[in-house]
Amino acid sequence: MTAPTQMFTRVARPERIVRVAAGQGFWGDWLEAPRRQVEGGPVDYLMLDYLAEVTMSILQKQKERDANMGYARDFVGAVDSVLGGIAERGVRVVANAGGVNPPACAAAVRQVAVKRGVSDRVRIGVVTGDDLLPRIDELLSQGHPLANMDTGEPLSTVRDRVLSANAYIGSVPIVEALSRGANIVITGRSTDTALTMGPLRFEFGWRADDWDRLAAGIIAGHIIECGAQCSGGNCLYDWQNIPDLANVGYPIVEGSADGTFVIAKHPNTGGRISVQSVSEQLVYEMGDPHSYITPDVVADFTSIRLEQVGEKRVRVFGIKGRPPTDKLKVSIAYRAGFKAVGTLVYAWPDALAKAQLADRVLRERLDRLSLRFDSVLTEFVGASATHGRLAGEAHDPPEVQFRIGVRGEDKAAVERFTREIVPLVLNGPPTVTGFAGGRPKVEEIVAYWPALIDKQVVRTKVEVLS
Amino acid sequence: MKVRLLDLAHARSGDKGDTANVGVIALQPRWYPVLEKYLTRDRVAEHFAGLITGGVERFELPNLNALNFLLHGALDGGGTLSLKTDAQGKVFSTALLRMVVDVPDAEAVAVGLTGE
Repeated sequence: MTAPTQMFTRVARPERIVRVAAGQGFWGDWLEAPRRQVEGGPVDYLMLDYLAEVTMSILQKQKERDANMGYARDFVGAVDSVLGGIAERGVRVVANAGGVNPPACAAAVRQVAVKRGVSDRVRIGVVTGDDLLPRIDELLSQGHPLANMDTGEPLSTVRDRVLSANAYIGSVPIVEALSRGANIVITGRSTDTALTMGPLRFEFGWRADDWDRLAAGIIAGHIIECGAQCSGGNCLYDWQNIPDLANVGYPIVEGSADGTFVIAKHPNTGGRISVQSVSEQLVYEMGDPHSYITPDVVADFTSIRLEQVGEKRVRVFGIKGRPPTDKLKVSIAYRAGFKAVGTLVYAWPDALAKAQLADRVLRERLDRLSLRFDSVLTEFVGASATHGRLAGEAHDPPEVQFRIGVRGEDKAAVERFTREIVPLVLNGPPTVTGFAGGRPKVEEIVAYWPALIDKQVVRTKVEVLS
Repeated sequence: MKVRLLDLAHARSGDKGDTANVGVIALQPRWYPVLEKYLTRDRVAEHFAGLITGGVERFELPNLNALNFLLHGALDGGGTLSLKTDAQGKVFSTALLRMVVDVPDAEAVAVGLTGE
Protein backbone atom coordinates (compact mmCIF):
# COMPACT_ATOMS: atom_id res chain seq x y z
CA MET A 1 0.00 0.00 0.00
CA THR A 2 2.81 2.44 0.78
CA ALA A 3 5.08 4.06 -1.79
CA PRO A 4 8.62 5.31 -1.25
CA THR A 5 8.78 8.91 -0.09
CA GLN A 6 11.04 9.87 -3.01
CA MET A 7 7.95 9.83 -5.22
CA PHE A 8 6.99 13.17 -3.73
CA THR A 9 10.08 15.02 -5.05
CA ARG A 10 8.50 15.53 -8.43
CA VAL A 11 8.71 19.32 -8.81
CA ALA A 12 11.68 20.84 -10.58
CA ARG A 13 12.19 23.83 -8.29
CA PRO A 14 11.76 23.95 -4.55
CA GLU A 15 8.19 24.83 -3.87
CA ARG A 16 6.98 27.02 -1.03
CA ILE A 17 5.02 24.96 1.45
CA VAL A 18 2.77 26.41 4.15
CA ARG A 19 2.13 24.09 7.07
CA VAL A 20 -1.15 24.35 8.96
CA ALA A 21 -1.31 22.04 11.98
CA ALA A 22 -4.55 20.95 13.66
CA GLY A 23 -4.40 21.11 17.46
CA GLN A 24 -8.01 20.67 18.62
CA GLY A 25 -10.98 19.04 16.92
CA PHE A 26 -13.58 20.15 19.47
CA TRP A 27 -13.80 21.73 22.91
CA GLY A 28 -12.74 18.81 25.08
CA ASP A 29 -10.04 17.44 22.76
CA TRP A 30 -6.59 16.29 23.94
CA LEU A 31 -4.89 19.07 25.93
CA GLU A 32 -1.44 17.80 24.87
CA ALA A 33 -2.09 18.19 21.15
CA PRO A 34 -1.38 21.93 20.59
CA ARG A 35 2.03 21.78 22.27
CA ARG A 36 2.94 18.55 20.48
CA GLN A 37 2.07 20.13 17.14
CA VAL A 38 4.19 23.24 17.74
CA GLU A 39 7.18 21.43 19.25
CA GLY A 40 7.19 18.24 17.18
CA GLY A 41 8.52 19.74 13.94
CA PRO A 42 8.15 22.70 11.60
CA VAL A 43 4.71 24.33 11.41
CA ASP A 44 3.63 27.81 10.30
CA TYR A 45 0.10 27.87 11.71
CA LEU A 46 -1.69 26.16 14.56
CA MET A 47 -5.42 25.77 13.86
CA LEU A 48 -7.73 25.12 16.82
CA ASP A 49 -11.42 24.30 16.33
CA TYR A 50 -13.53 24.52 19.49
CA LEU A 51 -17.11 24.96 18.33
CA ALA A 52 -19.71 22.26 17.78
CA GLU A 53 -23.35 22.96 16.98
CA VAL A 54 -24.55 23.52 20.53
CA THR A 55 -21.33 24.89 22.02
CA MET A 56 -22.41 28.47 21.33
CA SER A 57 -25.48 28.13 23.55
CA ILE A 58 -23.46 26.70 26.44
CA LEU A 59 -21.12 29.67 26.11
CA GLN A 60 -24.06 32.08 25.94
CA LYS A 61 -25.36 30.71 29.26
CA GLN A 62 -21.90 31.24 30.80
CA LYS A 63 -21.78 34.79 29.50
CA GLU A 64 -25.20 35.53 31.04
CA ARG A 65 -23.81 34.53 34.43
CA ASP A 66 -20.50 36.37 33.99
CA ALA A 67 -19.92 39.04 31.33
CA ASN A 68 -16.22 38.07 31.13
CA MET A 69 -17.04 34.48 30.11
CA GLY A 70 -18.55 32.94 26.99
CA TYR A 71 -15.42 31.65 25.24
CA ALA A 72 -13.58 28.30 25.16
CA ARG A 73 -11.41 28.57 28.25
CA ASP A 74 -9.23 25.61 27.22
CA PHE A 75 -7.80 27.96 24.58
CA VAL A 76 -6.05 30.12 27.18
CA GLY A 77 -4.13 27.08 28.43
CA ALA A 78 -3.42 26.00 24.85
CA VAL A 79 -1.89 29.39 24.03
CA ASP A 80 0.14 29.27 27.23
CA SER A 81 1.52 25.86 26.19
CA VAL A 82 2.70 27.17 22.78
CA LEU A 83 3.73 30.76 23.63
CA GLY A 84 7.40 29.89 23.03
CA GLY A 85 6.62 28.80 19.48
CA ILE A 86 4.57 31.95 18.85
CA ALA A 87 7.09 34.39 20.32
CA GLU A 88 10.38 32.72 19.27
CA ARG A 89 9.60 30.91 16.03
CA GLY A 90 6.81 32.93 14.52
CA VAL A 91 4.10 30.25 14.64
CA ARG A 92 0.69 31.88 14.19
CA VAL A 93 -2.51 30.64 15.81
CA VAL A 94 -6.02 30.74 14.34
CA ALA A 95 -8.93 29.61 16.54
CA ASN A 96 -12.69 30.00 16.84
CA ALA A 97 -12.23 29.94 20.62
CA GLY A 98 -13.91 33.33 21.00
CA GLY A 99 -17.35 31.73 21.13
CA VAL A 100 -19.91 34.40 21.98
CA ASN A 101 -17.30 36.69 23.54
CA PRO A 102 -14.11 37.04 21.42
CA PRO A 103 -13.00 40.28 23.17
CA ALA A 104 -13.03 38.58 26.60
CA CYS A 105 -11.11 35.64 25.14
CA ALA A 106 -8.53 38.08 23.72
CA ALA A 107 -8.19 39.79 27.10
CA ALA A 108 -7.54 36.46 28.82
CA VAL A 109 -4.93 35.51 26.21
CA ARG A 110 -3.26 38.87 26.54
CA GLN A 111 -3.01 38.39 30.30
CA VAL A 112 -1.13 35.14 29.74
CA ALA A 113 1.26 36.85 27.31
CA VAL A 114 1.91 39.62 29.84
CA LYS A 115 2.50 37.12 32.62
CA ARG A 116 5.04 35.27 30.45
CA GLY A 117 6.78 38.51 29.46
CA VAL A 118 6.14 38.16 25.70
CA SER A 119 3.28 40.64 25.24
CA ASP A 120 5.46 42.76 22.91
CA ARG A 121 5.64 39.82 20.51
CA VAL A 122 1.96 38.91 20.55
CA ARG A 123 -0.54 40.70 18.34
CA ILE A 124 -4.08 39.47 18.81
CA GLY A 125 -6.62 39.77 15.99
CA VAL A 126 -10.26 39.68 17.10
CA VAL A 127 -13.03 38.88 14.64
CA THR A 128 -16.58 39.84 15.63
CA GLY A 129 -19.88 40.46 13.88
CA ASP A 130 -21.16 36.88 13.72
CA ASP A 131 -23.32 37.37 16.82
CA LEU A 132 -26.87 38.13 15.66
CA LEU A 133 -28.59 37.78 19.05
CA PRO A 134 -28.71 41.55 19.76
CA ARG A 135 -30.20 42.11 16.27
CA ILE A 136 -32.66 39.27 16.14
CA ASP A 137 -35.89 41.25 16.57
CA GLU A 138 -34.67 43.84 14.09
CA LEU A 139 -33.94 41.06 11.58
CA LEU A 140 -37.33 39.38 12.10
CA SER A 141 -39.14 42.71 11.70
CA GLN A 142 -37.20 43.38 8.48
CA GLY A 143 -38.69 40.20 7.06
CA HIS A 144 -35.90 37.67 7.64
CA PRO A 145 -37.89 34.64 8.86
CA LEU A 146 -34.81 32.65 10.02
CA ALA A 147 -36.91 29.58 9.31
CA ASN A 148 -35.64 26.21 10.49
CA MET A 149 -33.77 24.64 7.56
CA ASP A 150 -34.96 21.16 8.54
CA THR A 151 -38.61 21.79 9.41
CA GLY A 152 -39.43 25.10 7.66
CA GLU A 153 -40.93 26.60 10.84
CA PRO A 154 -40.38 30.35 11.27
CA LEU A 155 -38.21 31.42 14.22
CA SER A 156 -41.11 33.41 15.66
CA THR A 157 -42.52 30.10 17.01
CA VAL A 158 -39.63 29.83 19.50
CA ARG A 159 -38.47 33.48 19.62
CA ASP A 160 -38.93 33.89 23.39
CA ARG A 161 -36.79 30.82 24.03
CA VAL A 162 -33.80 31.77 21.85
CA LEU A 163 -30.46 31.69 23.69
CA SER A 164 -27.95 32.45 20.96
CA ALA A 165 -27.81 33.18 17.23
CA ASN A 166 -24.57 33.27 15.27
CA ALA A 167 -23.87 33.43 11.56
CA TYR A 168 -21.23 31.06 10.26
CA ILE A 169 -18.59 33.37 8.81
CA GLY A 170 -15.86 32.56 6.32
CA SER A 171 -12.19 33.23 5.68
CA VAL A 172 -12.28 36.95 4.74
CA PRO A 173 -11.92 38.43 8.26
CA ILE A 174 -9.25 35.86 9.14
CA VAL A 175 -7.22 36.86 6.07
CA GLU A 176 -7.64 40.52 7.04
CA ALA A 177 -6.45 39.92 10.62
CA LEU A 178 -3.39 38.04 9.36
CA SER A 179 -2.57 40.71 6.78
CA ARG A 180 -2.69 43.33 9.55
CA GLY A 181 -0.03 41.43 11.45
CA ALA A 182 -2.01 39.41 13.96
CA ASN A 183 -0.19 36.29 15.15
CA ILE A 184 -3.11 35.03 17.23
CA VAL A 185 -6.49 35.28 15.49
CA ILE A 186 -9.55 34.73 17.67
CA THR A 187 -12.96 34.42 16.04
CA GLY A 188 -16.49 33.65 17.11
CA ARG A 189 -18.58 31.33 14.93
CA SER A 190 -16.16 31.00 12.02
CA THR A 191 -16.72 27.84 10.04
CA ASP A 192 -14.34 25.09 11.10
CA THR A 193 -12.91 24.95 7.59
CA ALA A 194 -12.18 28.70 7.36
CA LEU A 195 -9.63 28.32 10.15
CA THR A 196 -7.44 26.31 7.74
CA MET A 197 -8.41 27.96 4.47
CA GLY A 198 -7.83 31.49 5.86
CA PRO A 199 -4.09 31.04 6.46
CA LEU A 200 -3.56 29.28 3.10
CA ARG A 201 -5.49 31.99 1.26
CA PHE A 202 -3.51 34.72 3.02
CA GLU A 203 -0.11 33.09 2.39
CA PHE A 204 -0.73 32.33 -1.27
CA GLY A 205 -2.82 35.41 -2.08
CA TRP A 206 -5.67 33.39 -3.61
CA ARG A 207 -8.24 35.67 -5.19
CA ALA A 208 -11.84 35.78 -3.98
CA ASP A 209 -12.99 34.13 -7.25
CA ASP A 210 -10.28 31.48 -7.45
CA TRP A 211 -12.94 28.84 -6.79
CA ASP A 212 -10.80 25.73 -7.23
CA ARG A 213 -8.07 26.86 -4.85
CA LEU A 214 -10.54 28.18 -2.27
CA ALA A 215 -12.38 24.84 -2.45
CA ALA A 216 -9.06 23.05 -1.95
CA GLY A 217 -8.45 25.13 1.19
CA ILE A 218 -11.91 24.21 2.47
CA ILE A 219 -11.35 20.51 1.88
CA ALA A 220 -7.94 20.73 3.57
CA GLY A 221 -9.83 22.23 6.50
CA HIS A 222 -12.49 19.52 6.47
CA ILE A 223 -9.81 16.81 6.58
CA ILE A 224 -8.01 18.22 9.64
CA GLU A 225 -10.85 19.96 11.51
CA CYS A 226 -11.56 16.86 13.63
CA GLY A 227 -7.93 16.53 14.69
CA ALA A 228 -6.68 12.95 14.84
CA GLN A 229 -9.83 11.59 13.24
CA CYS A 230 -7.94 11.63 9.90
CA SER A 231 -4.64 10.34 11.28
CA GLY A 232 -5.65 7.04 12.85
CA GLY A 233 -8.14 8.07 15.53
CA ASN A 234 -11.62 6.51 15.29
CA CYS A 235 -10.41 4.76 12.12
CA LEU A 236 -12.30 1.55 11.32
CA TYR A 237 -10.03 0.41 8.49
CA ASP A 238 -7.42 -2.02 9.86
CA TRP A 239 -7.89 -0.53 13.34
CA GLN A 240 -6.13 -3.45 15.05
CA ASN A 241 -2.83 -2.53 13.39
CA ILE A 242 -2.80 1.26 13.70
CA PRO A 243 0.44 1.88 15.60
CA ASP A 244 0.97 3.71 18.87
CA LEU A 245 -2.34 5.53 19.34
CA ALA A 246 -1.14 6.62 22.80
CA ASN A 247 1.32 8.85 20.95
CA VAL A 248 -0.99 9.73 18.03
CA GLY A 249 0.21 12.47 15.69
CA TYR A 250 -2.35 15.13 14.85
CA PRO A 251 -2.58 16.08 11.15
CA ILE A 252 -0.74 18.82 9.31
CA VAL A 253 -1.73 20.30 5.94
CA GLU A 254 1.33 21.03 3.79
CA GLY A 255 -0.25 23.46 1.36
CA SER A 256 1.08 24.62 -2.01
CA ALA A 257 0.20 27.73 -3.99
CA ASP A 258 -1.55 25.70 -6.71
CA GLY A 259 -4.12 24.39 -4.22
CA THR A 260 -2.72 20.88 -3.93
CA PHE A 261 -1.67 19.74 -0.49
CA VAL A 262 -0.31 16.82 1.48
CA ILE A 263 -1.77 15.53 4.75
CA ALA A 264 1.16 14.63 7.01
CA LYS A 265 2.11 14.40 10.69
CA HIS A 266 5.24 14.91 12.71
CA PRO A 267 7.95 12.22 12.78
CA ASN A 268 8.05 9.89 15.78
CA THR A 269 4.33 10.08 16.37
CA GLY A 270 1.77 7.27 16.29
CA GLY A 271 -1.39 6.82 14.31
CA ARG A 272 -1.61 6.46 10.55
CA ILE A 273 -2.18 8.69 7.56
CA SER A 274 -3.40 6.64 4.62
CA VAL A 275 -5.85 6.95 1.74
CA GLN A 276 -8.28 4.98 3.93
CA SER A 277 -7.90 7.14 7.05
CA VAL A 278 -8.31 10.32 5.02
CA SER A 279 -11.27 8.88 3.08
CA GLU A 280 -13.08 8.04 6.32
CA GLN A 281 -12.70 11.65 7.46
CA LEU A 282 -13.79 13.02 4.08
CA VAL A 283 -17.15 11.25 4.28
CA TYR A 284 -17.68 12.22 7.94
CA GLU A 285 -20.79 14.39 8.44
CA MET A 286 -21.15 14.66 4.67
CA GLY A 287 -24.38 15.74 3.00
CA ASP A 288 -24.57 16.13 -0.79
CA PRO A 289 -20.92 15.67 -1.84
CA HIS A 290 -21.38 17.79 -4.97
CA SER A 291 -22.23 20.85 -2.91
CA TYR A 292 -20.31 21.43 0.30
CA ILE A 293 -21.54 24.97 0.88
CA THR A 294 -19.37 27.48 2.75
CA PRO A 295 -19.44 31.28 2.94
CA ASP A 296 -16.47 31.52 0.54
CA VAL A 297 -17.06 28.78 -2.03
CA VAL A 298 -19.05 25.65 -2.83
CA ALA A 299 -16.63 22.70 -2.84
CA ASP A 300 -17.21 19.54 -4.88
CA PHE A 301 -16.14 16.45 -2.94
CA THR A 302 -16.59 14.29 -6.05
CA SER A 303 -13.53 16.01 -7.57
CA ILE A 304 -11.09 15.06 -4.81
CA ARG A 305 -8.18 12.79 -5.74
CA LEU A 306 -6.07 11.03 -3.11
CA GLU A 307 -2.64 9.46 -3.54
CA GLN A 308 -0.39 7.79 -0.98
CA VAL A 309 2.98 9.53 -1.48
CA GLY A 310 4.86 8.33 1.56
CA GLU A 311 4.46 5.97 4.45
CA LYS A 312 2.58 8.63 6.44
CA ARG A 313 1.65 11.09 3.70
CA VAL A 314 -1.39 11.47 1.45
CA ARG A 315 -1.44 13.95 -1.43
CA VAL A 316 -4.77 15.63 -2.23
CA PHE A 317 -5.38 17.22 -5.63
CA GLY A 318 -7.86 17.80 -8.46
CA ILE A 319 -10.33 19.78 -6.33
CA LYS A 320 -13.02 21.86 -8.01
CA GLY A 321 -15.09 24.68 -6.57
CA ARG A 322 -17.75 27.13 -7.69
CA PRO A 323 -19.23 30.42 -6.44
CA PRO A 324 -21.00 30.41 -3.07
CA THR A 325 -24.65 31.24 -2.48
CA ASP A 326 -25.84 34.67 -1.30
CA LYS A 327 -26.83 33.24 2.11
CA LEU A 328 -25.01 32.44 5.32
CA LYS A 329 -26.04 29.66 7.63
CA VAL A 330 -27.06 30.77 11.11
CA SER A 331 -26.67 28.62 14.20
CA ILE A 332 -29.49 29.37 16.64
CA ALA A 333 -29.93 27.74 20.02
CA TYR A 334 -33.20 27.72 21.99
CA ARG A 335 -34.52 26.24 25.23
CA ALA A 336 -36.51 23.08 24.45
CA GLY A 337 -37.63 21.55 27.73
CA PHE A 338 -35.90 19.11 30.04
CA LYS A 339 -34.50 15.61 30.01
CA ALA A 340 -32.92 13.01 32.25
CA VAL A 341 -31.38 9.60 31.64
CA GLY A 342 -30.88 6.92 34.29
CA THR A 343 -29.14 3.55 34.22
CA LEU A 344 -28.95 0.30 36.22
CA VAL A 345 -26.91 -2.82 35.49
CA TYR A 346 -28.47 -6.33 35.66
CA ALA A 347 -26.20 -9.41 35.91
CA TRP A 348 -26.31 -12.98 34.60
CA PRO A 349 -28.30 -15.15 34.45
CA ASP A 350 -31.13 -13.77 32.30
CA ALA A 351 -29.74 -10.23 32.52
CA LEU A 352 -31.76 -9.00 29.57
CA ALA A 353 -35.05 -10.45 30.88
CA LYS A 354 -34.45 -8.78 34.25
CA ALA A 355 -33.68 -5.44 32.61
CA GLN A 356 -36.85 -5.78 30.51
CA LEU A 357 -38.89 -6.48 33.62
CA ALA A 358 -37.36 -3.42 35.32
CA ASP A 359 -38.43 -1.35 32.31
CA ARG A 360 -42.03 -2.59 32.52
CA VAL A 361 -42.18 -2.00 36.29
CA LEU A 362 -40.76 1.51 36.01
CA ARG A 363 -43.07 2.51 33.17
CA GLU A 364 -46.11 1.26 35.09
CA ARG A 365 -45.08 3.36 38.09
CA LEU A 366 -44.58 6.44 35.91
CA ASP A 367 -48.10 5.89 34.50
CA ARG A 368 -49.63 5.58 37.97
CA LEU A 369 -47.99 8.88 38.93
CA SER A 370 -49.67 10.36 35.83
CA LEU A 371 -46.34 11.74 34.65
CA ARG A 372 -46.48 12.85 31.04
CA PHE A 373 -43.46 13.16 28.78
CA ASP A 374 -42.94 14.03 25.11
CA SER A 375 -40.71 11.00 24.81
CA VAL A 376 -39.62 7.98 26.89
CA LEU A 377 -36.83 5.85 25.44
CA THR A 378 -35.47 2.56 26.78
CA GLU A 379 -32.25 0.91 25.60
CA PHE A 380 -30.64 -2.31 26.78
CA VAL A 381 -26.93 -1.57 26.55
CA GLY A 382 -25.04 -4.76 25.81
CA ALA A 383 -28.02 -6.28 24.01
CA SER A 384 -29.40 -3.85 21.45
CA ALA A 385 -28.77 -0.21 22.33
CA THR A 386 -26.98 1.09 19.26
CA HIS A 387 -27.91 -1.30 16.45
CA GLY A 388 -31.48 -2.10 17.49
CA ARG A 389 -32.99 -5.21 15.90
CA LEU A 390 -29.99 -5.45 13.54
CA ALA A 391 -27.98 -6.78 16.50
CA GLY A 392 -30.01 -10.00 16.58
CA GLU A 393 -30.58 -12.15 19.70
CA ALA A 394 -28.38 -11.54 22.73
CA HIS A 395 -27.14 -14.91 24.07
CA ASP A 396 -27.45 -14.50 27.82
CA PRO A 397 -24.72 -11.87 28.17
CA PRO A 398 -22.83 -11.45 31.47
CA GLU A 399 -24.60 -8.16 32.12
CA VAL A 400 -27.00 -5.72 30.50
CA GLN A 401 -27.37 -2.04 31.28
CA PHE A 402 -30.97 -0.85 31.50
CA ARG A 403 -30.93 2.73 30.27
CA ILE A 404 -34.08 4.86 30.25
CA GLY A 405 -34.52 8.51 29.38
CA VAL A 406 -37.42 10.94 29.34
CA ARG A 407 -37.92 14.31 27.69
CA GLY A 408 -40.63 16.90 28.25
CA GLU A 409 -41.60 20.50 28.94
CA ASP A 410 -42.61 19.81 32.56
CA LYS A 411 -39.47 20.05 34.69
CA ALA A 412 -41.24 18.69 37.79
CA ALA A 413 -42.24 15.52 35.91
CA VAL A 414 -38.68 14.95 34.73
CA GLU A 415 -37.46 15.60 38.26
CA ARG A 416 -39.88 13.00 39.66
CA PHE A 417 -38.76 10.47 37.05
CA THR A 418 -35.17 10.73 38.34
CA ARG A 419 -36.42 9.56 41.77
CA GLU A 420 -38.14 6.45 40.44
CA ILE A 421 -35.04 4.59 39.19
CA VAL A 422 -32.84 3.79 42.20
CA PRO A 423 -35.75 2.30 44.24
CA LEU A 424 -35.75 -0.57 41.72
CA VAL A 425 -32.54 -1.78 43.34
CA LEU A 426 -34.55 -3.00 46.34
CA ASN A 427 -38.08 -3.22 44.98
CA GLY A 428 -37.53 -4.54 41.43
CA PRO A 429 -35.92 -7.51 39.66
CA PRO A 430 -32.84 -9.19 41.23
CA THR A 431 -29.02 -9.06 40.75
CA VAL A 432 -28.85 -5.36 40.03
CA THR A 433 -25.94 -3.01 40.57
CA GLY A 434 -24.26 0.02 39.01
CA PHE A 435 -26.32 2.64 40.83
CA ALA A 436 -23.44 4.41 42.59
CA GLY A 437 -24.19 7.69 40.85
CA GLY A 438 -27.58 7.86 42.60
CA ARG A 439 -30.33 9.89 40.99
CA PRO A 440 -29.59 11.19 37.50
CA LYS A 441 -29.45 14.93 36.88
CA VAL A 442 -32.20 16.88 35.17
CA GLU A 443 -30.77 18.78 32.20
CA GLU A 444 -32.32 21.71 30.41
CA ILE A 445 -32.32 20.94 26.69
CA VAL A 446 -30.77 23.57 24.48
CA ALA A 447 -31.69 22.61 20.95
CA TYR A 448 -30.20 23.58 17.61
CA TRP A 449 -32.10 25.60 15.03
CA PRO A 450 -30.27 25.95 11.71
CA ALA A 451 -31.39 28.85 9.50
CA LEU A 452 -30.23 30.96 6.56
CA ILE A 453 -29.79 34.71 6.27
CA ASP A 454 -28.86 37.09 3.46
CA LYS A 455 -25.11 37.46 3.39
CA GLN A 456 -25.21 41.25 3.15
CA VAL A 457 -26.94 41.49 6.53
CA VAL A 458 -23.89 40.17 8.40
CA ARG A 459 -21.06 42.67 8.88
CA THR A 460 -17.89 41.25 10.35
CA LYS A 461 -15.34 43.41 12.09
CA VAL A 462 -11.62 42.86 12.63
CA GLU A 463 -9.65 44.50 15.40
CA VAL A 464 -5.93 43.95 15.92
CA LEU A 465 -4.78 44.66 19.47
CA SER A 466 -1.17 45.78 19.70
CA MET B 1 -23.25 -15.28 -3.59
CA LYS B 2 -23.91 -13.66 -0.22
CA VAL B 3 -21.18 -11.21 0.77
CA ARG B 4 -20.98 -9.46 4.11
CA LEU B 5 -20.69 -5.72 3.63
CA LEU B 6 -18.15 -5.80 6.46
CA ASP B 7 -15.86 -7.80 4.15
CA LEU B 8 -16.43 -5.41 1.25
CA ALA B 9 -16.21 -1.94 2.77
CA HIS B 10 -15.24 0.24 5.69
CA ALA B 11 -17.36 3.15 6.88
CA ARG B 12 -17.70 6.21 9.08
CA SER B 13 -20.89 7.90 10.24
CA GLY B 14 -21.86 11.21 11.77
CA ASP B 15 -24.80 13.57 12.23
CA LYS B 16 -26.45 16.73 10.94
CA GLY B 17 -29.42 17.45 13.15
CA ASP B 18 -31.77 14.46 13.10
CA THR B 19 -30.05 12.95 10.05
CA ALA B 20 -27.26 10.39 10.28
CA ASN B 21 -24.84 10.07 7.40
CA VAL B 22 -22.98 6.86 6.63
CA GLY B 23 -20.03 7.02 4.24
CA VAL B 24 -19.23 3.54 2.90
CA ILE B 25 -15.82 3.03 1.28
CA ALA B 26 -14.83 -0.03 -0.75
CA LEU B 27 -11.95 -1.95 0.85
CA GLN B 28 -10.49 -2.39 -2.64
CA PRO B 29 -11.08 -0.01 -5.56
CA ARG B 30 -12.23 -2.92 -7.78
CA TRP B 31 -15.07 -3.59 -5.35
CA TYR B 32 -16.56 -0.11 -5.70
CA PRO B 33 -18.69 -1.06 -8.75
CA VAL B 34 -20.21 -3.89 -6.68
CA LEU B 35 -21.21 -1.38 -4.01
CA GLU B 36 -22.58 1.04 -6.57
CA LYS B 37 -24.67 -1.66 -8.21
CA TYR B 38 -25.95 -3.64 -5.22
CA LEU B 39 -25.88 -1.28 -2.23
CA THR B 40 -28.91 0.57 -3.50
CA ARG B 41 -30.91 3.26 -1.76
CA ASP B 42 -33.87 0.88 -1.47
CA ARG B 43 -31.75 -1.91 -0.03
CA VAL B 44 -30.39 0.44 2.67
CA ALA B 45 -33.86 1.81 3.41
CA GLU B 46 -35.08 -1.78 3.89
CA HIS B 47 -32.09 -2.55 6.17
CA PHE B 48 -32.91 0.37 8.47
CA ALA B 49 -36.72 0.01 8.28
CA GLY B 50 -38.24 0.62 11.71
CA LEU B 51 -34.99 2.09 13.01
CA ILE B 52 -35.35 5.46 11.27
CA THR B 53 -38.47 7.56 10.76
CA GLY B 54 -37.53 9.31 7.50
CA GLY B 55 -36.25 8.44 4.05
CA VAL B 56 -32.84 7.48 2.71
CA GLU B 57 -30.75 9.37 0.13
CA ARG B 58 -27.69 8.01 -1.68
CA PHE B 59 -24.81 9.91 -3.29
CA GLU B 60 -21.93 8.41 -5.29
CA LEU B 61 -18.26 9.36 -4.92
CA PRO B 62 -16.45 7.11 -7.42
CA ASN B 63 -13.33 9.24 -6.91
CA LEU B 64 -13.12 7.96 -3.33
CA ASN B 65 -14.64 4.52 -4.11
CA ALA B 66 -17.36 5.60 -1.71
CA LEU B 67 -21.12 5.97 -1.34
CA ASN B 68 -22.71 8.43 1.07
CA PHE B 69 -26.08 7.62 2.62
CA LEU B 70 -28.27 10.10 4.47
CA LEU B 71 -30.64 8.45 6.93
CA HIS B 72 -33.31 10.96 7.88
CA GLY B 73 -35.07 10.81 11.24
CA ALA B 74 -32.39 8.51 12.64
CA LEU B 75 -31.45 10.22 15.88
CA ASP B 76 -34.60 10.76 18.02
CA GLY B 77 -34.51 14.48 17.20
CA GLY B 78 -30.72 14.65 17.13
CA GLY B 79 -28.12 16.57 19.09
CA THR B 80 -29.19 17.56 22.57
CA LEU B 81 -32.86 16.53 22.12
CA SER B 82 -32.02 12.88 21.59
CA LEU B 83 -32.33 10.34 24.41
CA LYS B 84 -30.32 7.74 22.50
CA THR B 85 -26.90 6.44 23.53
CA ASP B 86 -25.77 7.14 19.97
CA ALA B 87 -27.32 10.60 19.74
CA GLN B 88 -24.76 11.66 17.12
CA GLY B 89 -25.00 8.64 14.87
CA LYS B 90 -21.40 7.63 15.42
CA VAL B 91 -22.00 3.88 15.14
CA PHE B 92 -24.54 3.73 12.32
CA SER B 93 -21.42 2.92 10.28
CA THR B 94 -21.15 -0.63 11.53
CA ALA B 95 -24.93 -1.00 11.76
CA LEU B 96 -24.91 -0.67 7.96
CA LEU B 97 -21.90 -2.97 7.60
CA ARG B 98 -24.02 -5.74 9.20
CA MET B 99 -25.83 -6.02 5.89
CA VAL B 100 -25.34 -9.06 3.67
CA VAL B 101 -25.31 -8.19 -0.03
CA ASP B 102 -26.40 -10.55 -2.82
CA VAL B 103 -23.89 -10.50 -5.67
CA PRO B 104 -24.25 -12.82 -8.71
CA ASP B 105 -21.55 -15.50 -8.51
CA ALA B 106 -19.85 -14.63 -11.80
CA GLU B 107 -19.55 -10.95 -10.89
CA ALA B 108 -18.28 -11.75 -7.41
CA VAL B 109 -15.65 -14.21 -8.61
CA ALA B 110 -14.48 -11.77 -11.30
CA VAL B 111 -13.44 -9.25 -8.60
CA GLY B 112 -12.06 -11.85 -6.19
CA LEU B 113 -14.92 -11.95 -3.69
CA THR B 114 -15.26 -15.19 -1.76
CA GLY B 115 -18.56 -14.81 0.04
CA GLU B 116 -19.81 -15.27 3.58
